[in-house]
Amino acid sequence: MTDQTAGTAPAGLSPDEARRADAAHTGPMLAADGTPLKKSLARALRRQKLRALALIAPLLIFVLVTFVVPIGDMLLRSVQNGIVADTLPETVETLSDWDHDGTALPGDDVWTAFYIDMWFAVERKEHTRLGTRLNYELTGMSSMFRKTGRQVDRFDTDVYGEQFVALDPSWGQPQSWAAMLDGPAADALPLTARTWERWKDFNAEEGDKVLEEDIPDFLFTALYHDLTHGAEVEGVSDRLSAAKAAAAEFEPVDLSAQFADADEDLGNIDVWKTLQLYSPRVTSGYFANSVDMQLTPDGIEARPENQQIYGILFKRTLFMSLVITGSCILLAYPVAWLLSNLPMRTANLLMILVLLPFWTSLLVRTSAWKVMLQQQGVINDVLVWLGLVADDARLTMINNQFGTIVAMTHILLPFMILPMYSVMSTIPPSYLRAAKSLGATNWTAFWRVYFPQSVPGIGAGSILVFILAIGYYITPEIVGGNTGTFISNRIAYHISSSLNWGLAAALGTILLAVVLVLYWAYDKIVGIDNVKLG
Amino acid sequence: MSELVIKTGRPPMNFTLLMVGGFGLILGFLTGNVVGAPLIGLVLGAAVGAGLGYVLNTMVPKKAVGRWAVIGAFALVGLVFGGFGGAVGGALIGAVLGWFAYWVGRGRYRDGVPLYYTPGQTLWWNSFLFICGAIFVFLITPILVVLPLSFNAEDFFTFTPEMLRLDPEGYSLKHYRDFFQTSDWQLALKNSLIIAPIATVISVSLGTLAAIGLSQSHVPFKRPIMAVLISPMIVPLIISATGMFFFYSTLGNFLEDSVGLSKSFVGYVKVILAHAVLGIPFVIITVTATLVGFDRSLTRAAANMGADPVTTFFRVQMPLILPGVISGGLFAFITSFDEVVVVLFVGSAAQKTLPWQMFIGLREQISPTILAVATILVCISIALLATLEILRRRSERLRGMSPG
Repeated sequence: MTDQTAGTAPAGLSPDEARRADAAHTGPMLAADGTPLKKSLARALRRQKLRALALIAPLLIFVLVTFVVPIGDMLLRSVQNGIVADTLPETVETLSDWDHDGTALPGDDVWTAFYIDMWFAVERKEHTRLGTRLNYELTGMSSMFRKTGRQVDRFDTDVYGEQFVALDPSWGQPQSWAAMLDGPAADALPLTARTWERWKDFNAEEGDKVLEEDIPDFLFTALYHDLTHGAEVEGVSDRLSAAKAAAAEFEPVDLSAQFADADEDLGNIDVWKTLQLYSPRVTSGYFANSVDMQLTPDGIEARPENQQIYGILFKRTLFMSLVITGSCILLAYPVAWLLSNLPMRTANLLMILVLLPFWTSLLVRTSAWKVMLQQQGVINDVLVWLGLVADDARLTMINNQFGTIVAMTHILLPFMILPMYSVMSTIPPSYLRAAKSLGATNWTAFWRVYFPQSVPGIGAGSILVFILAIGYYITPEIVGGNTGTFISNRIAYHISSSLNWGLAAALGTILLAVVLVLYWAYDKIVGIDNVKLG
Repeated sequence: MSELVIKTGRPPMNFTLLMVGGFGLILGFLTGNVVGAPLIGLVLGAAVGAGLGYVLNTMVPKKAVGRWAVIGAFALVGLVFGGFGGAVGGALIGAVLGWFAYWVGRGRYRDGVPLYYTPGQTLWWNSFLFICGAIFVFLITPILVVLPLSFNAEDFFTFTPEMLRLDPEGYSLKHYRDFFQTSDWQLALKNSLIIAPIATVISVSLGTLAAIGLSQSHVPFKRPIMAVLISPMIVPLIISATGMFFFYSTLGNFLEDSVGLSKSFVGYVKVILAHAVLGIPFVIITVTATLVGFDRSLTRAAANMGADPVTTFFRVQMPLILPGVISGGLFAFITSFDEVVVVLFVGSAAQKTLPWQMFIGLREQISPTILAVATILVCISIALLATLEILRRRSERLRGMSPG
């Protein structure tokens, strides 16, 4: 080769020098179309990459939109808490200054804000939703909001309107309000201006004209509140100055008493603490709840012993998944060994016994285990018929942990056998024979030679089975009873029965984190491209 | 020079008597227990077992004759004492005992082991085979138990005495009739047959394209892309369902209110999209596995002869990877057809699928119609399994033929 190359180069130069000289002479090597070869190759490579990406893109976008975004949405929901701030904006604002450590209930400004917020919430029928939300944190909130909602329209605040109108009839005209709050008075009367805006929006939503509606009581209440709390109305308008002077003499309405009348729970300081605690738009409350803690004004602290359920559930889920994985290993190892050491024809026949359960519907297998395990089921019947168990002492094998473990071991066993089989069938049988011919006993040969080579199969199968087991829902729901259920059953309960979706999302996020760590480990150990099916 | 003596053939007679007698003892004890006289059964069983072991191995050299004789005798005894059911039970016991007697007496238990194995090793090997057999029984029994129960004439989940006596009165097709005549089940079947094929088509078409893209030689970000595409299989269904529940209800409201589609149509769209994405990992895995063995020079040859990429794909590449695509499609189909959790969360009652109806049936009203459906589904999965096996063989044959 070298000789040939050297032959074409000018005499006296080494091949390398010749190439360099050649390059200096003719410039860079060119492709057929005249562009430098390097550039042309890079372009071809780029085009290839783009073509590959273009083929993948539709699916990637599809998976991102229909799968990854929903999961991201769930993650967000586990911390989202906009409902309090959306429903009670004024209350949240004023309550932020309230000192929750004191023993005093919030002051007048909070009551006024709460009155206005509640009026809007009731009209939009949002107060029951808020009540349901806060009821997860403090029992009784739901009924409190419901009861207060019925009363809020009948408060005695109409006296403010009467007194303002008596002072100057123009206070009863919406036009005068619109004109006033369009000008500098809006700065002097912040609460009134904000409430007026909300009132306008509300009318727009309802399709009414704000200028044709009567001025509602809460607007007068807001105005009274602004005027009696040091509004700077000097020089804004005479009407306002007169109103401010007169307002000091008005007959007041004690809103806290009105609310206490509607529901005495509102006099409970815990209600206000909870409201203040859950006013931020982002809360760690759901996560705290999902690890048996609770959010308190002083930070996060553990729940009382008798309210702790999620710790037990998480531990039980982990424990049972481990037991299921362990029993799958125990049962799958001999079978995989036998399958990979039998002649091909026999092994293929026996493989059907593994693949048939694998292909059979999950619900078919679960119902089969219900048929087998129940008190009047096949196993108990056979045991009684054989006289091994008395008829009145039938074994309880379902609706407990035992039932879940047996059924799930059966359902997940093929997922363990198949990876083990694919690893074991690559181990040459001559290794074992070599070990034995060198004097190893059967056990030593197996333990020191065969077993270490089969460990990757055990690892692949175990992670797969564990990941599948930890998120199982259907089988524990049907055969698990009370003691054999998993964390996923609790998530489903919160989604469909208790409707505490934030908590469900938080529990799901924790479970997802565990699974993703395992997925990452699986990718490192086995590689996702090496997953085999059937 | 002493000759090397290899002991093959029959074990000593007292060993045979001991083993067969012991086996008869166990069977006798169990049989005796059924009729309430375990001790008599025990003694009788041991005696009959030992007797059989001697008689069969010394006087009846023809195996078939001996075994059929034993089966016939036991069936007759069973018929006398327990009617038709007893005869079947007796025949079963006779078959097992007859086989065991020859198996021990002729030393067949050493068939699977090398000549130099010690008795202990032989015992271990046979126990190992027995354990494996027990595991196979564990795997297959639940599925087999469902089949006869679905023909139960009563509304129970258990074998009735009539069924055990093999009385035709105890069997009926009423649960199958129930399945085909109840509107709930028919709606569920119809929904499953609408949702699963459409979801399969979506995941197969997108998945095959992407798998071809992924198997190119230069793919940027291959690992993260692969991780995202496989994730629907790894993320627990309950989490997928939770996420989809929130997101798809927003999407559904948008489609209904802003686009103005009908409620039931939107319901189907949501479930189909959800099922399609769940089936995608299976398509990706099977098709990329097929493409690993694909000979690239074939596409280059096609291009060389003037075929454009689309023609090359449909005329050269597609026929060769078709088995992989079909088996991926079958996986996607069964994923959708068998899926409960997501449809339970995303769908509404109008989209109730077959597994959903079964789930309700298992949780609330326990009706053996479920077992009839289960039997039908088992038959479907047997058909799918057979299809897959045929495809696998075909794929191997095709690959064997292709050069390289």
